[in-house]
Amino acid sequence: MSAAASASAGTAALRGEDIVKRFGAVTALDGVSLTLRQGEILGVLGDNGAGKSTLIKILTGFHQQTSGKLFIGGEETMLRSVDHARSLGIECVYQDLALANSLSIYHNMFLNREIVRRGPFPFRLLNNRAMRARAAECLEEIGVHVPSVDLPVEQLSGGQRQAIAVARAVNSDARILLLDEPLAAMGAREAGLIIDLILRLRDKQGLSIVMIMHNYAQTLDIADRVMLMQRGRVTYEREAASTSVAELMDIVRREYRSMRTAAP
Amino acid sequence: MTSPVTDAGKPSRRARLWPGAIRRSSEIRILAVAVILSIYFETANHDFLLTSASLENLSQFIAPVAIIACGEIMLMIGGEIDLSAGMVFAFAPFVMHFASEAGAPTWLALLAGVLAAGLVGLINGAVTVYLRIPSFVTTLGTLFFVNGFTLTISRGTPVSPPEGASFSAFMGAWGYSEIIWTIAIAAVMHVLLRHTRWGLHTIAAGANPLGASEAGIQVRRLKLGNFVIAALLAGFTGILEGFRITSIDPQAGGNQIMFLAVAAAVIGGTPLAGGSGTIIGGLIGAAVLGILNDGFTLIGINAFTFNMILGAAILAAMIFNIHVVRLARKGDL
Repeated sequence: MSAAASASAGTAALRGEDIVKRFGAVTALDGVSLTLRQGEILGVLGDNGAGKSTLIKILTGFHQQTSGKLFIGGEETMLRSVDHARSLGIECVYQDLALANSLSIYHNMFLNREIVRRGPFPFRLLNNRAMRARAAECLEEIGVHVPSVDLPVEQLSGGQRQAIAVARAVNSDARILLLDEPLAAMGAREAGLIIDLILRLRDKQGLSIVMIMHNYAQTLDIADRVMLMQRGRVTYEREAASTSVAELMDIVRREYRSMRTAAP
Repeated sequence: MTSPVTDAGKPSRRARLWPGAIRRSSEIRILAVAVILSIYFETANHDFLLTSASLENLSQFIAPVAIIACGEIMLMIGGEIDLSAGMVFAFAPFVMHFASEAGAPTWLALLAGVLAAGLVGLINGAVTVYLRIPSFVTTLGTLFFVNGFTLTISRGTPVSPPEGASFSAFMGAWGYSEIIWTIAIAAVMHVLLRHTRWGLHTIAAGANPLGASEAGIQVRRLKLGNFVIAALLAGFTGILEGFRITSIDPQAGGNQIMFLAVAAAVIGGTPLAGGSGTIIGGLIGAAVLGILNDGFTLIGINAFTFNMILGAAILAAMIFNIHVVRLARKGDL
């Protein structure tokens, strides 16, 4: 789909080898291998409990894998924390968006990365003017338009809030963007705006993007490649162009049937 | 490719034009109430504002409520509360007294009192944050404990604050020194809340605790710090009051002053549910309580009636804040 993806396929932006994650007796991920090429969009599909969220949380450094290797830009790395992952250019937009409703758009965009004036420690004052200007600039750059960056985010629509959360993630030298159900609970029109935003980020900023998705048709529309996860394993992986909703549904249905016959 | 992400559920026209006004409106509303009340009492009784004695009296009612409210507001933004503040208020001056008796210079004794208050705050915070006990329960426990402890160490009898005329005057014995302290403390707390990362993160963590921690904010450390701030302020207020009335009473402050402070915060527009709050609002809220109290006293309404009016004022303020502001945001008003 995107020319950039095939051109720079040499080193993957992110690669996981045989990743296992156990929580006590529960195995959430049972040997997952994945590759995210430079500048491509990888759609991750699967039922609830298939391990998608666990995978995302390992890629953001929120959880650490029990075993298996992770390569960021070709280098083997153990992500120790969210801050560590961030320092390597990995940003995540969680499903709950992590926005503080009562705060303005620009304060949300700089949450925990505020620009402050120089001064003695407890009274290093916020530089609101600089944050306001930078936030407006960043939104302009990625084509998100809001009436004013001073508005509290509680006054925005679902799509606008998602856009602000994405803008915050890319505001900080992100190279890899992880999106957890970016189109959840969104009308067709709003979803269209977010899809445009995601495609712009790939094409103009060259971001590599992993998206967790529920809707097969939407995923095939946006993603360059899709990956299907079932019960902690990757059961199917294909270029989006060479598969179809019908084929994906068929795999899921077959799996469901075999589970039912296996059950006592 | 350039289709912008816009509208679809645009905020109302009013909200777009007046984003700042909406945010500040709760302060402006309560200020209007304070002014109207002052005018009413001034016409009903000409001694209300324009004599130094009654103005001094008014300022001395407002000051302790306002300072404690500053601490409660920091906690209430995070959805927490400190019920023990009134007991810490009585406890801190006794620590100062005993330190002074033990030979410490007055400034050091004062510091010991304030630090002891901070220690109670640290315990409140640590139990709430690390042992995950709701702050209502934690501070209810320390409320009784600190009260009993103060009564025990004092044997239930009042004492005098440390000697030193100019120091006493500076700390509260002079009529207006306490209100000057109040304004200075409120100014510092306002800057802390509105213009530093600490304050911004406090609001963010109150509005969305999970989201704030996903953004890397140390929510537990913030809460712990705000419990310490609330207790420091409560203890310091108790010391100021001790110097003002030249007597340190183990029964001073108590639940009355704590609930007045919470009431001032609520009337000033800080919801108990957290997520937002304003120091200036709390200051004006304390002023409204003071004006009501002094005004009705001068008119000759008794203390029982005052409590009824106070209760009605708190309810009215909350109903107004929750429902009218919500309607205004939706653009229906």
